[in-house]
Amino acid sequence: MTYLAKPKLLAADAPRNALGYTRRDYEGAISTLCAGCGHDSISASVVQACFDLDIEPHKVAKLSGIGCSSKTPDYFLGNSHGFNSVHGRMPSVLTGAALANRNLLYLGVSGDGDSASIGIGQFAHAMRRGVNMTYIVENNGVYGLTKGQFSATADKGSKSKKGVVNRDNPIDLATLALQLGATYVARSFSGDKEQLVPLIKGALRHGGPAFIDVISPCVTFNNHAGSTKSYDYVREHNAAVNRVDVILPKAQIEASYPPGSLRRVVQHDGSILHLRKVGVDYDPADRIGAMNYLQERQALGEIVTGLLYVDSSGQDMHANLNTVEKALNQLGDAYLCPGSKALEALNATLR
Amino acid sequence: MTTPAIQHCNDFVIKFANVNGSGSASANELFARAIIRMGVPVAPRNIFPSNIQGLPTWYEVRVSEAGWLGARGGCDMMVAMNPQTWDRDVAAIDPGGYLFYDSTKPLPPSKFRDDITVLGIPLTAMCNAEYEDARQRQLFKNIMYVGALLALLDMEFASAEQLLVDRYRGKDQLITANVNALRLGYDYAKEHLPCPIGLTVKRADAVGDRIMVDGNSACGLGAVYGGATVAGWYPITPSTSVIEAFSSYCRKFRTDPDNGRARYAIVQAEDELASIGMVIGAGWNGARAFTATSGPGISLMQEFFGLAYFAEIPAVIVDVQRGSPSTGMPTRTQQSDLLSCAYASHGDTRHVLLFPQDAYECFSLTAQAFDLAERLQTPVFVLSDLDIGMNEQLCAPFDWDDSRRYDRGKLMSYDELEAGKDFGRYLDVDGDGIPYRTIPGTHPTKGAYFTRGTTRNPYAKYSETGADYVYNMERLRRKFNTAKDLVPAPVLKKAEQPTHVGVIYYGSTAPAMAEAGALLAADGIHVDTLRVRGFPFSDTVMQFIAERDAVFVVEQNESAQLRSLLINEGEIDPKKLVRVLHYDGSPITARFIAGKIADALSDRKVSPIGQPQRKVAS
Ligand SMILES: Cc1ncc(C[n+]2csc(CCOP(=O)(O)OP(=O)(O)O)c2C)c(N)n1
Ligand code: SF4
Repeated sequence: MTYLAKPKLLAADAPRNALGYTRRDYEGAISTLCAGCGHDSISASVVQACFDLDIEPHKVAKLSGIGCSSKTPDYFLGNSHGFNSVHGRMPSVLTGAALANRNLLYLGVSGDGDSASIGIGQFAHAMRRGVNMTYIVENNGVYGLTKGQFSATADKGSKSKKGVVNRDNPIDLATLALQLGATYVARSFSGDKEQLVPLIKGALRHGGPAFIDVISPCVTFNNHAGSTKSYDYVREHNAAVNRVDVILPKAQIEASYPPGSLRRVVQHDGSILHLRKVGVDYDPADRIGAMNYLQERQALGEIVTGLLYVDSSGQDMHANLNTVEKALNQLGDAYLCPGSKALEALNATLR
Repeated sequence: MTTPAIQHCNDFVIKFANVNGSGSASANELFARAIIRMGVPVAPRNIFPSNIQGLPTWYEVRVSEAGWLGARGGCDMMVAMNPQTWDRDVAAIDPGGYLFYDSTKPLPPSKFRDDITVLGIPLTAMCNAEYEDARQRQLFKNIMYVGALLALLDMEFASAEQLLVDRYRGKDQLITANVNALRLGYDYAKEHLPCPIGLTVKRADAVGDRIMVDGNSACGLGAVYGGATVAGWYPITPSTSVIEAFSSYCRKFRTDPDNGRARYAIVQAEDELASIGMVIGAGWNGARAFTATSGPGISLMQEFFGLAYFAEIPAVIVDVQRGSPSTGMPTRTQQSDLLSCAYASHGDTRHVLLFPQDAYECFSLTAQAFDLAERLQTPVFVLSDLDIGMNEQLCAPFDWDDSRRYDRGKLMSYDELEAGKDFGRYLDVDGDGIPYRTIPGTHPTKGAYFTRGTTRNPYAKYSETGADYVYNMERLRRKFNTAKDLVPAPVLKKAEQPTHVGVIYYGSTAPAMAEAGALLAADGIHVDTLRVRGFPFSDTVMQFIAERDAVFVVEQNESAQLRSLLINEGEIDPKKLVRVLHYDGSPITARFIAGKIADALSDRKVSPIGQPQRKVAS
């Protein structure tokens, strides 16, 4: 843990994206998390994804709850507005923010305690409401910030650092998200950036409720033998169903991708997800099939990762509410206030 | 008859005893409005149970040419349409009063009183003869008794008839059928009953340009005029109709004429936690957002109130108070959320509160709440209650100054940031405790900050330093003091004669208090009154107390919450503030207030007039 200020010096030849930004422009404050915490790798992946996608940082609003994981939005996208709300309630705050301005990108960051315990209700309702956002759960199976209690995603039979065995059934947030109506559901591992970065990119481009469950080992409280969320366990049991490439509308050079093993999903904004199959014949368009597959594999102790489900035809909350295109927070007085004439007419009906 | 029959023109109380779900509400309202159309003020009140169908419900209409709109208490005439509550209803009539009932089934003499006038009409039999359909029989029975009352009270048939024409404009069949039922009742009464009775309504000119509307509709309309675009809510009596009204006014006024799309978003949340969370998220992101709830909802929102207070996010909360604690009496009125709103959440929080007295102020103060919330960057509570929220009442017509512009508060713009203005989210630049804010998306490289419930330095950087915390708390205190002069000023009403006794009250107590003042004055007891309209209390409030020997604090809760708040905020000697408390769930009456004050003054031997002879002792 360090409080050192980040050096401002920048290598002259640092790569720049189409906006002219370097990766540094997507970074935030220095992390105060434990060295080696999986959450820091996820922050790095978010930085990479936003840099690669040429996202203007100030067009992103990053919101979180409370916990080590929920602190991370401070550590990336320093030029974005961030909001560290209260424990488990990020989804409603994000929903409100999204209602106010539909034209920003919303990134919700949460922990497994934050989302699967205190906040499970809000998590569920944000999914079913179709809030257009990327919702990342940094899942370590424990409460990090309160020092090591089991969370609701800890596997039955897994052991805490002190050797206590978890007797309760785990909640699988990816399966829940599938059931509740998320239209982009993925799982990944903080230690596998090659898989994670494109999954985040796909989610940011999705245009509907996108959920990513990222197994993110807690080096301090949950990275020992007996834990099913440790680096070693996840590496050994990771069963990827596919690998994703995200191709932006302006860079559609499809010929460079080998056909056959590919599945091509066109998203609302014209971006294309290329799904390269890994081993199994997995269909990410089949919601129920995905749920069954996850359950089967989980029973075998496997952690299925990759893009589990995608439906790019879905509608988001604003479409359901039929709101105007313009952000509600930018409507001027004239569009909001009906004025005195309308009141006089109304008064007449009340006499 | 042992008691002379009551004789009153334009000044009486009539009560309708019905069964919930019988469709009587619109007939009763028709009756009340017909009197208004004759230029005579009325104050109608619903007394209803917490269920949907079958339980007893009452509708009380106070007719008062003098214009007293508070509940009066007592009842001069009972329209007893509910056999379930017969005994109670008959007993409730003042001696010399009148009982109107459906005489289709004969009742034994033991079911009546001999000191009242009994007026029977075979309503059921008449309806059965006239209508085939069961629902029609039920609904038109209600209209029929209104027709009979028109005759009994010597009212103008045409005023009720015109109301039906206005209500069902374009649906001629409904007009004809309703007018027919009205006429049947009217004619029967004229022919068979001693019309008019001692209670009569005579055309007057005492209504003026006032409108009749309920406070919740007015709050919903106020939110539209106040520029609210986002509402997150969860159903709870008695606040639900605030959002229903907001929704219907939005459909009317905020639909884009070009494409039919909504310039607003209303989300029914999964609970109150989520509803206030949405409001805070939207407020953070620069939209005007609000929720409406009642006591139990306020309890659930506590943690979020603390966040909004500390992170300095505008939010408007309309709290329509009801009988508490817990589920208490969910369909009865109280003013018992004052303390839980004033200091909502853990730690040193304090919030801005507004107290509307009637539907007009439900409109105007709700609209103003959005300006205050953005100016002060904090939650603002509009404390309404069931009495003003769910009852229709006469009030000043709604008005709006078209030159008025929304006060968006201290928003730092793209241009200001670009010009190099120093931006510290929690810097007290102007010395009023209110910092500047940017909303997400303002500028690519400047002005972004991290919002959190944890302490931070003036530049919004995370800090656990004591000095940063203290700076922040002191600034928040400064901001709260700034609010003193921004909330609506209290309304002072001087007694006709000099006095050293004062009364402080707020909200829906107002009409009863106005009448109580007149009752007391008639008895030679003079009191100055001060209606508080906002919290934090302005200096005027403290001055009012300081300048008087005794101040009665009238409120509708058991623990004297307004009194506690005054003592706490003004560091006032508790002995000086005398409790006048009414909290049985019914609206406070003038008789109650005047009685309590008169008793207290006689007990204490305090001369209300001229120089104090003896100080009030507790
Ligand atoms: C209402 C409330 N209850 C409890 C807490 C204490 N608390 C802070 S973080 C946390 C758990 C966080 O766990 P998780 O979401 O898994 O995040 P991690 O720290 O493991 O990344 C708890 C219980 C709180 N801040 N607020
Ligand atoms: S306690 Fe665990 S989750 Fe928290 S920062 Fe340390 S390693 Fe990460």
